[in-house]
Amino acid sequence: MSAPDLALLQPVLSELAPQGRTALLPALHAAQDLYGYIPEPVAEEIARTLRIPLADVFGVLEFYALFHTEPVGKVIIHVCNDPACALAGADTVLKQLSRHAEYALETGELVSVTIEQAPCLGLCDHAPALLIQNTPATASPESTWQELVAKTGRRPQTHVDGDLRLLTKRCGSGQTTSLEAYLADGGYTALKKALAMSSTSVIEEIKASGLVGRGGAAFPTGLKWESAAQAQGSPKYVVCNADEAEPGTFKDRVLMEDDPHQILEGMIISAYAIGAEKGYFYIRGEYLNAYHTIQRAVEEARTANLLGAHILGSDFSFDIEIRRGAGAYICGEETALFESIEGKRGFPRVKPPFPTTHGLFGKPTVINNVETLANVPLILNLGAKEYRKIGTEKSPGPKLFCLSGDVHQPGLYEVPFGVTLRHLIFDLGGGLRSDVPFQAALIGGAAGTFATSDHLDTPLSFEGLRSAGLTLGSGVITVFDAQRDLRDVLYRLARFFAEESCGKCYPCQIGTQRQYEILARLRNGQFLPGDIERLQDVGWTMTDASLCGLGQTAASAILSALKYWPHLFQPAQPA
Amino acid sequence: MLTPECIVSTVCPFCGVGCNLELHVRDGFIYKVTSPFDAVVNHGNLCVKGRFGYDFIYNPQRITVPLIRKTPQRPGERTQAFDLSEWREASWDEALDYVADRLVEIYRKDGSHAMAVYCCAKATNEDNYLLQKMYRALFRTNNVDHCTRLCHAASVVALQMAIGSAAMSNTAAEVIENDVFILTGSNPTENHPIIALQMKAAVRKYGAKLIVVDPRRIEMVDYATLYLPIKPGTDVPVFSAMAHVILKEGLYNRQFIAERTENFEAFAASMEKFTPEYAENISGVDRDLIIEAARLYATAKNAAIYWALGIPESSHGVANALSLINLALLTGHIGRRGTGLNPLRGQNNVQGASDSGAMPWHYPGYQRVDVEDNARRWEQAWNIEPGGLSRELGLTTTEILSSVGPGGVRALYIMGENPMMSEPNLNHTRKKMQELEFLVAQDLFINESGAFADVFLPAASWAEKEGTFTNTDRRVQRVRQVIPPRGQSRPDWEIICDLAKRIEKRLGRPQTAYWDYRHPSEVLEEMGRYVPEYAGVTYERLEREGGLQTPVWDRQHPGTPFLFADTFPRGRGKFYPLDYTPNAEMPDEDYPFVLSTGRVLEHWHGGTLTRHSWLDDLFPEPLVDIHPGDAAHLGIQDGDAVRVTSRRGSIVLRAHVTPKTNPGVVFIPFHFREAAANLLTHDILDPQAKIPEYKAAVVRVTKARPEELGARAEPQVRGRY
Amino acid sequence: MESSPVTLTIDGQTIQANPNTTILEAAQQVGIEIPTICYHEHCTANALCRICVVEVSNARALVPACIANVQEGVVVQTHSARVQRARRTILEMLHSSVDLSEAPEILAMAKNYNADPQRFPDAQRREPPVIDDNPMYIRDYAKCILCWRCVQVCAEDAQYTYAINFSGRGYETQISTFFHHAMPETTCVFCGQCVGVCPTGALKPKREWLLEQGHNPETIMQLTRSERRGKKRRANLTV
Repeated sequence: MSAPDLALLQPVLSELAPQGRTALLPALHAAQDLYGYIPEPVAEEIARTLRIPLADVFGVLEFYALFHTEPVGKVIIHVCNDPACALAGADTVLKQLSRHAEYALETGELVSVTIEQAPCLGLCDHAPALLIQNTPATASPESTWQELVAKTGRRPQTHVDGDLRLLTKRCGSGQTTSLEAYLADGGYTALKKALAMSSTSVIEEIKASGLVGRGGAAFPTGLKWESAAQAQGSPKYVVCNADEAEPGTFKDRVLMEDDPHQILEGMIISAYAIGAEKGYFYIRGEYLNAYHTIQRAVEEARTANLLGAHILGSDFSFDIEIRRGAGAYICGEETALFESIEGKRGFPRVKPPFPTTHGLFGKPTVINNVETLANVPLILNLGAKEYRKIGTEKSPGPKLFCLSGDVHQPGLYEVPFGVTLRHLIFDLGGGLRSDVPFQAALIGGAAGTFATSDHLDTPLSFEGLRSAGLTLGSGVITVFDAQRDLRDVLYRLARFFAEESCGKCYPCQIGTQRQYEILARLRNGQFLPGDIERLQDVGWTMTDASLCGLGQTAASAILSALKYWPHLFQPAQPA
Repeated sequence: MLTPECIVSTVCPFCGVGCNLELHVRDGFIYKVTSPFDAVVNHGNLCVKGRFGYDFIYNPQRITVPLIRKTPQRPGERTQAFDLSEWREASWDEALDYVADRLVEIYRKDGSHAMAVYCCAKATNEDNYLLQKMYRALFRTNNVDHCTRLCHAASVVALQMAIGSAAMSNTAAEVIENDVFILTGSNPTENHPIIALQMKAAVRKYGAKLIVVDPRRIEMVDYATLYLPIKPGTDVPVFSAMAHVILKEGLYNRQFIAERTENFEAFAASMEKFTPEYAENISGVDRDLIIEAARLYATAKNAAIYWALGIPESSHGVANALSLINLALLTGHIGRRGTGLNPLRGQNNVQGASDSGAMPWHYPGYQRVDVEDNARRWEQAWNIEPGGLSRELGLTTTEILSSVGPGGVRALYIMGENPMMSEPNLNHTRKKMQELEFLVAQDLFINESGAFADVFLPAASWAEKEGTFTNTDRRVQRVRQVIPPRGQSRPDWEIICDLAKRIEKRLGRPQTAYWDYRHPSEVLEEMGRYVPEYAGVTYERLEREGGLQTPVWDRQHPGTPFLFADTFPRGRGKFYPLDYTPNAEMPDEDYPFVLSTGRVLEHWHGGTLTRHSWLDDLFPEPLVDIHPGDAAHLGIQDGDAVRVTSRRGSIVLRAHVTPKTNPGVVFIPFHFREAAANLLTHDILDPQAKIPEYKAAVVRVTKARPEELGARAEPQVRGRY
Repeated sequence: MESSPVTLTIDGQTIQANPNTTILEAAQQVGIEIPTICYHEHCTANALCRICVVEVSNARALVPACIANVQEGVVVQTHSARVQRARRTILEMLHSSVDLSEAPEILAMAKNYNADPQRFPDAQRREPPVIDDNPMYIRDYAKCILCWRCVQVCAEDAQYTYAINFSGRGYETQISTFFHHAMPETTCVFCGQCVGVCPTGALKPKREWLLEQGHNPETIMQLTRSERRGKKRRANLTV
């Protein structure tokens, strides 16, 4: 193997060098784009230039699944086989593709291909989904990869519908809403309104709206802003968490790809409210389309003086740096995301202290999910009072649901909080795809809980779900018909967590692995006495004692399955 | 998993930091070293030597039986005998009687002036106290010195001149309380590794600002706010230029100067010429860096200066040290926590050996030998007739060797030291060693000096005896016996007492100076009776309280973490006017490089211990550090054989091309007999401190043929980058 | 800055403590022992092992006592059923993952909490081979419980040498040098701070390990230089 030409890297590196360690992920992405993988001398050069210890650079390389330390094929295909895609035959696709590790072009040139099994790619509405050289595609169990590669270009279009079209007003056409179109539709009026208000009044308005975070934790957004605004320390940061990776979730991808300015507007307002001059937009590594869309939108906004110094002639200056993740579900956890921006392994931090006082680079930080920020212009435009008329008393506002699995029309649905599960699946989603009856729905993604037919009339609101023992999570609904083997679903969920656990705290590091091993065994029909107790001990220990939200919810679906279907976990009783 | 039979607490035998160790033993074999995490000195941290480097104790080449040379050695024809076949084993009685006979014979023949001894900064306070006592009380000579002469002698002299003290003013661990600190002529990551950790923490965790002034780009530069890459030997101009800036900009501490110092006016006048431009021309350091450093140091709330041998090991070492002391007096950065003048001492017990009187001009406790009251006090202590002790200043280490020959020193006793590696200009040293009439070596291994000896007395290692060490921040700590002495080896203090009695008997002295100690604790007690700084140090207290920082004035006194809170030992601190003196040798066309010498992390001094340890695997051969620019110019690649030549000698070794050293400066560690750096160094001395100029000999570097490396022709696999 | 003490209840005892003290310290002050594994008083606490978790009245999940400070008015239970289940399960999971034979404190703890070492009979264990790549210490990561202490003392908790970090993630996480290089090819200065804080015998002085392997002191001291050096080493390494 010849030594890599380090000179290729110099232009990028010399630009990144002044940033130091925080530029590590951008540098590694750039290097991988150049060399196809990160050879050792390249890692060494990056470490030297950014003044990072060698071992630390290796630690980072090893943490993120998208970075390769060994040569890979010229074409890389990521195949998702998490539950929604598995329902559509992803395992067959994976098997089929793996047969062809090398492919001859028509010219006769041989192209090497690397096939990687991937966690949920946020394309559940296009199951079975894959990424070919980072471009989304749909496969069928029959497809060969040659056929797939031949399909070029256009991103798969997500079906967008719902009782409301407030957040998704400009989504679903298959086109990105340009700045011009956004402005023509009344875009950035909320920002203008905000700039005319004091930052305190903006925060008051958000507090009054009752908006809570849409990433899964449902923390009141206004309180978060207020706490960061009042925190000692400067500079302050706002961060948009666009590391959408919860299996079954694709709402943030659609919002970013179809209507980026809505999110930017929300982010600029949040920066104004807390007094931040710099923001980071952290986008999941697999979402290359969204990354480019946001990049273009940020450039548009800069040109229009919606970002940069003295925004719209005000005293307020703010700009956004976009960061790509690199294949780590855990980086959706807010403190792990900070670590990632700082150029480290995505280990979540112990809380307290909370991000509002000790966030990114140890400074006061507001971090909000994409959908949360998309609500912000809406609130300022409507006013908190009008906004609260949407949804329920305790769960005001519109909510996006990602419907996938065995439904007739998978897609993104916007509804007011409080509609029933039945309404969503049957009225909006067109019911089940085949004539097979409904068995269960996984609500909230891998970290969520199962709902059974008993739950179909549960209102989809925080309070409604909570009283039914369910969680909303990030708004995922994956539907399973009665013929589906739920052990297989559980096995895939467990595998997902075992692969995505960061390994920091013991309950999750070992618990996700043990849970996975047991469920893999059960899936093969091998039962051991005490499996239920074993799963419960592991599950509750992770839930109770894990360091972060990943571990605390890694057993959530399995524990709910244990409650509803204990028979899945033991051999069939002789009649 | 091994269960230890016992775990014994003791102190590390290598550097002056004085780390606390716990030795884990099984079947008389120390298999593990740990350190208590509550140890005030090192908080459980150790370096490679402390944690792994004790295995020399068990090295198969260690000598554990008294040896006498088979062939009688004659002055001028003395040879080195490394091979055991040139020695015969002897009983202790035979060996000690032989030594006593010969020493007394020479003393009777040639008198006190013919007698000299090298004490040892590796040995305990008690060992050193007894050895100097033996020479002073029995042979009536002050020709007693040890390797402090070769390390901090100029610092000690300067500190005594300016403030009347001779040690670190503050506790090493106080570095985290510095707001600003200057590190100069010191490479602590290799030489004081645990202090380096505290310095790194001071910068990274406690926000201190570090100024490094050094001709090598040492690792600490990575932690520095300012780095002043000084040319070797230009310390006085740089530090005086800082004083110049502080004076010009009015950043000096008027109140401190008025209340605590003297001679300010004369000093200030002498600083007039040291403009930053002047200093830049001489030192090569950018004038703006000098100005910035001056402001940073002067305006800090608490600032301290740390230095090691880059300052004193110079023909103008006293002036170098004074230039630092002047800065502290000028700004008042002394006498408080987190400030101070801190010479980092090299050896584990160089402070203690000096305190214990292993010095030619001082009795224990820095009591001048030429002061009548002092001599009287010690005559009384040692049962000596009035006027019996010599009032004459003794010879220093380098002078002892130089004086060897007819009418000079005839018999030399070396405890633990290795002048054949550590003296400058070794070709000269070799000649002098050859001229000795009688030489005794007391050590663990036959090293390059011991190989010249007539008699070799096998000493116990530090793990095989009881005693105390005094570390760099004046902390007296207990050394405990962990295993029985290997073979027939005996603790140094026992050997000395046994020998002293035999000598005393032969001399027929009416009264004994007293040698019947049952335990080293009685030795320390005797010393404490006559050395006020040690009056309160007893084994019982050390057992109970751990270390005690001298001065400890009485049994109740808690010890002294930092000195000079209210006054200096000499009263007022005295400023000294300074002038710039160039090094004795300056680079020229024939010898274009300046050679600096020093140590590396894995080795210790002449290598007697570490080259008999697995430590040697990590750094197995001598290397010369040369800057990539210089190497390219000479066509030298990393790993090439090169010849380094000075006016005094020439060695061949492998090049290590590294930006760690600055252009024009090469660095060679002095541990390796295969290419002894001190064959090249200059034996010119500082006129006041008598310390040689180890840090600045001029040399020529040329490519050599790989064959010239001899047994080292195959590159040794190095253990550490 | 001195702040006024807070009052809380730990296992029924009402106690006062400085708000900067951790629950672990506060409990110790009244003689309540909370077990710890990864915690080391000279390392930055990271709350990894979660053995020290306790139930705190105002928290949904269990709280790591080593790092969580006391709070006014809370009720802390250090040995509730939830706490006991978590501790027992963590210990059982540790048993199923690594060789704890040289971690007597953890073994004792496991006994205390009735942890069944065989609870996960078909678990995939972490059993990498011993790394013997230098003359000073060996690394037996089959005993490594990932307490992180070695990585921390190699970095800001002591040495600032940064020779080791992690490879892999999740259950596959291991302590590793840059691209798995032999230790002498890294920035390691062989201070052995890592060996000093290792709680399970995963890091061990070479001579101790050789004794365990059946050598006696004499044969150990007669090993040749190349025998002492260990095996794993890049071929092209020179000076």
